[in-house]
Amino acid sequence: MTVSVPLWPAVLGRFGWLDLPFVRAWENPTASELIGAFAGALVVVGAVAVAALLTRYGKWRYLWTEWLTSLDHKKIGIMYIVVAFVMLSRALVEAVLMRMQQAVAIENPGFLSPDHFGQLFSTHGSIMIFFMAMPFLTGMINYVLPLQIGARDMAFPWANSIALWLTIGAAGLMMTSLVVGEFSTGGWSGYPPYTERAFSPGVGVDYWIWAVTLGSIGSTMAGINIACTLYKLRAPGMGFMRMQMFSWTSLCTSILMIFAMPPLTVATLLLALDRYLGFHFFTNDLGGNMMNYANLFWLFGHPEVYILILPAFGVYSEVVSTFSTKDLYGYTSLVIATMAIAVLSFTVWVHHFFTMGQSANVNAAFGIATMTIGVPTGVKIYDWIWTMFRGEVRFTVPMLYALAFMMTFVLGGFTGIILAMPPLDYLVHNTLFLVAHFHNMLIPGLLYGMLAGYHYWFPKAFGFRLDERWGRIAFTCWVVGFYLAFFPLYVLGASGMARRTQAIFEPSFRPWLYVAGVGAFILLAALVSLGVQLWVSIRNRESMRVEAGDPWDGRGLEWSISAPPPEYNFAVLPLIDGRNPFYDHKHDEGQPDPYASPAKYEDIVVPRGSMTGVAIGLSAAVAAFGLVWEIWGLAIVAVQVIVAAVVLRSFGRDQHRTIPAAEVALAHEAWLARVRATRAIPRKLETAAVNRGLAEIDR
Amino acid sequence: MSEPELAHAGLNLGENGELTADQAENAIFGFWMFLMSDAVIFALLFATYGTMIASTVGGPTPASEFKLLPAFVETLLLLTSSATFGRATLAMKYDEPRRVLFGWLAATLGLGLVFLALEADDFATMFAHGAYPMRSGFLSSFFALVGLHGLHVAVACFWLVVMVGQVCAYGLDARVRINLLRLGLFWHLLDIVWIAIFSVVYLQGHIG
Repeated sequence: MTVSVPLWPAVLGRFGWLDLPFVRAWENPTASELIGAFAGALVVVGAVAVAALLTRYGKWRYLWTEWLTSLDHKKIGIMYIVVAFVMLSRALVEAVLMRMQQAVAIENPGFLSPDHFGQLFSTHGSIMIFFMAMPFLTGMINYVLPLQIGARDMAFPWANSIALWLTIGAAGLMMTSLVVGEFSTGGWSGYPPYTERAFSPGVGVDYWIWAVTLGSIGSTMAGINIACTLYKLRAPGMGFMRMQMFSWTSLCTSILMIFAMPPLTVATLLLALDRYLGFHFFTNDLGGNMMNYANLFWLFGHPEVYILILPAFGVYSEVVSTFSTKDLYGYTSLVIATMAIAVLSFTVWVHHFFTMGQSANVNAAFGIATMTIGVPTGVKIYDWIWTMFRGEVRFTVPMLYALAFMMTFVLGGFTGIILAMPPLDYLVHNTLFLVAHFHNMLIPGLLYGMLAGYHYWFPKAFGFRLDERWGRIAFTCWVVGFYLAFFPLYVLGASGMARRTQAIFEPSFRPWLYVAGVGAFILLAALVSLGVQLWVSIRNRESMRVEAGDPWDGRGLEWSISAPPPEYNFAVLPLIDGRNPFYDHKHDEGQPDPYASPAKYEDIVVPRGSMTGVAIGLSAAVAAFGLVWEIWGLAIVAVQVIVAAVVLRSFGRDQHRTIPAAEVALAHEAWLARVRATRAIPRKLETAAVNRGLAEIDR
Repeated sequence: MSEPELAHAGLNLGENGELTADQAENAIFGFWMFLMSDAVIFALLFATYGTMIASTVGGPTPASEFKLLPAFVETLLLLTSSATFGRATLAMKYDEPRRVLFGWLAATLGLGLVFLALEADDFATMFAHGAYPMRSGFLSSFFALVGLHGLHVAVACFWLVVMVGQVCAYGLDARVRINLLRLGLFWHLLDIVWIAIFSVVYLQGHIG
């Protein structure tokens, strides 16, 4: 923990020279401090390099008007996913550092100080959940959902922009903590009383509190927006039971967000009251009760697991059906299972703290409820297997992820059943067994799903496919790396190795820790492969264009429009007459041609861009920074900017733009003409250069 | 979906050419969802208060601090303000003269401000007795719950002033109508939350 003398308290609050990692490394050049300084320097250099490149190529104006201030759901979705990849890179490097430390720190202090190690596991967890997983799935829903339900945008485009910028602001706060100050050592769950001022007086916990709070508010807004879009903006004729599965899982996820994010906001803000104003919610003395925190946090934390996993289930449903060339098996049962999971997710939170003192009967009830969730999840796994059964399965990259998921996730589910039994949980709680378990659920159940979705919808978003070979290399690394990095942890955990351990005093753990360390490097190689894949794909984009928009012979409405889609998505809103209208129209005799010219076009109203979303999100981050460093004036000014931005926006009028029917007609007819000139290809040429996005139909 | 039978029963927007029922319905439905998530926050603070009510640690207790009369007067003020806001909504719906709308909105604002003043006075009295939030878990949870409600009322008052400004600037155009309706829903929710506070906090404290 840094003990820094405030430099100029009236203006800079708590800040002193020792809060800069560079100064710390200069004064005390240990490996741990040097790594901290290097990470801080990387953030600064990265930011400067991006700014310099933007200036050099004169792209600031383009970036500002076309992207940052855009209210288009597609661009907002893409920006969310960019944030997710940036944060994934940081958190994965941190994971590698922790694995290296544990591999070398066997009866040895290793190269990371205990405090630095604590910061690493806290940032790793917080980032992976709040700034990798959440932006990734929110971005994917943002991009895909309106296209799947035949809508022109989300229900509240401006709120969408605010939610994005709150997330970006919060992620920026996480990055700032590398350069100025330090981060919490209290883990991603931030349990008091350890995180109270009495035990953690530094700025770290405050960074955690405000980053998580901004993220949770952004996610609540995103949830409201997604749910309202789904309830109110479905294309004419699209009843609930005609929605694609990804839309269904998005609906359940958004409902979970609306009800599960507020408990997190309450937990972090009450902790802030304790820390800033000396309240006694979770303190040891004067009537505080940390069990309230545990309950509030996991009232959020457990539904959060399903917020993360359900969208991936949606992606798998799309991918398995598309690449098995079959309708999804058991659609209704999948819908019911999704809903059942959403409801049950609110009934199991106590299993996160079986050992914290409630009676055996309470534990038994929650243990049984926990095991119950396995039932609807099992239904889903069987449905996907039956979908593949007797299908013509094509092993493209998204399908490979889906297959790896089914195997790996089931294994994780088995260990979940072990942890769900309170007597067994007593034996392995707080060990690496738990760490192995939740990585075993979240890597296949979230990351593979998001990556499958990324490969699946990338051609839709950018108009060209991703390189198949590098995709397979990355896939192999993700899967092999996962098994090597996490299966040893089951052994270690069952042998009693506690999680979050900075130094190890049991030499027999060594081989397992080495294997896990190798696994971590392979996972890093997986991330690098994804980067190479993106680079190669952009370089070869001309040979992978799929402008006709349907590279996979897809089912949902999103495949019926051009790739990339126009700003207004659909030139004419489609009429829905079945569960897979686009697929059925393509494949069935006597159905209308999906590429026919519409009878008439109408003017389309789209939202204009707005800079208020940027202003609000970044001001919130500045206010948070002021609160972290006790620079009260800065915080007050930033909050006033937020209020002013909201009020000014509410006084604004003329915030929409009308695209005339003639312009829509021109663009759409031109695209249709190009589609007619495109060669339709059979499925076996799907990954070849001839795939221009038009599927050959053999009736 | 555009079937007319789905129109929201509570949409008191009146006849307005530029606003379709669809648009209004989406806007209000989204706000309802926000209100529900806000209600979750209050529910959790109520639960927290319930678990901490006995954590007085030898300090002030509910019985020693809560005065029923001011709390009852505050209840009446808020209930009346909901009625006046309802009347303002009707003035909007039936396009009554502008001064009628302003009159009812001003009455609502006045009631809200008097409520806040009385609440501040309650808090000041408690502080003077040494009943401040840092004293005990019970008082922390009390001030967080009741204070958050007060903060909501203050925000609603500010919003009301902004809405009066918008009526002056634009008349009752589509967005002003929607936002007045949203503010009304917000105001009524705060009223309901207050009734819960009066029952759970003040009445229980006084009896128990």
